[in-house]
Amino acid sequence: MTTPQPLVSHPVLDRINERQRSLILVSLCTILGAAAQILMKKGADPTIHGMVPTFIRIFTNLNMFVGYALYGISAVLLVLALRKGQLSLLYPVIALTFVWVAILSVLVFHEHLSLMRVGGIATIVFGVAMLGWGQSTTPDASEEDE
Amino acid sequence: METPVSSILWVLSGSFVGSFGAVLLKAGAVRIERNWASLLQNWRLAAGVGMYFISSLMFVRGIANGELSLLYPLVALGYVFTMFWSRIFFGEPLTKMKFVALFVILAGVAMLNSGSMGAKN
Repeated sequence: MTTPQPLVSHPVLDRINERQRSLILVSLCTILGAAAQILMKKGADPTIHGMVPTFIRIFTNLNMFVGYALYGISAVLLVLALRKGQLSLLYPVIALTFVWVAILSVLVFHEHLSLMRVGGIATIVFGVAMLGWGQSTTPDASEEDE
Repeated sequence: METPVSSILWVLSGSFVGSFGAVLLKAGAVRIERNWASLLQNWRLAAGVGMYFISSLMFVRGIANGELSLLYPLVALGYVFTMFWSRIFFGEPLTKMKFVALFVILAGVAMLNSGSMGAKN
C-alpha cells in the first residue's frame, strides 16, 4: 500500500493528527449527507418511479439538485477521510447520518421525537464512540502494515 | 404493515454493492496524487464512486415501501460487510470491539426508526 502525501498543508491543519483529520472529515461528510437526504426528500415526487425518471428529476428540481450536489461533496469528503486510517473504523461513522437526519426531520418536517428515537440516537452515538475507544486502546497494527 | 420482500432485496443488494464501493473508494483514496492525470487514471476511485452512487439509488428504491425499522438497519448492515472486506483486502484487524460497536449501531438504527414506515406512508 502506498503512503499518500498530504493534499493540503497548513500550520493549523498540521497540528491536527491524521486520525483526527479523518474523523473530522467523515463527520462533516455525515452532516452534509444528512442535509442532502432532507433536500432529496423535499424534492422527491412520490409519483416518479424508476432510475431514469429519478435521474431526470435531479436536473429539473432545485431541492433534488442541491441535495445530490451535497451528496457528491459528502462523497468527496469521505474519499479524503479514507486516505488515512482503517476503513473498518471510519466507514461505520457514517451511521451518524441517521442521527442528523432524525434531528433535521424534527426541525424541518416537525416530526415527533419520541423517547425511543432519542434512545436510538444515543445508542448510535455510543456505538460510534465505541469504535473510537477500540482504536485508541489498540494502536493501529494494520496501519503499520500498510 | 408488511415490508415487501422486494424492498428487503433492494436494500440488501444496495448494502452489498455499497460495501464494495467503500473498498474501492479506500483503495482509490490512498492512490490520490496532486495531479489531474493520476486522478483521471484512478479506476478504483471511479469504480468506487460509481458503486456508491448505484447503491444509493438502490436504497431509495428499497425504502419507498416497508418499515424503516427493518430496512434502515439493513442499510447499516453494509458496515458489517465492509468490516469483513477490510480484513480481506486491507488486512485490518477484526476485533471484538468492532463487532460489538457495529451491533450497538445497528440496534440504535432500529430503535431510531421503530414504527416508521417508508416514504409512501
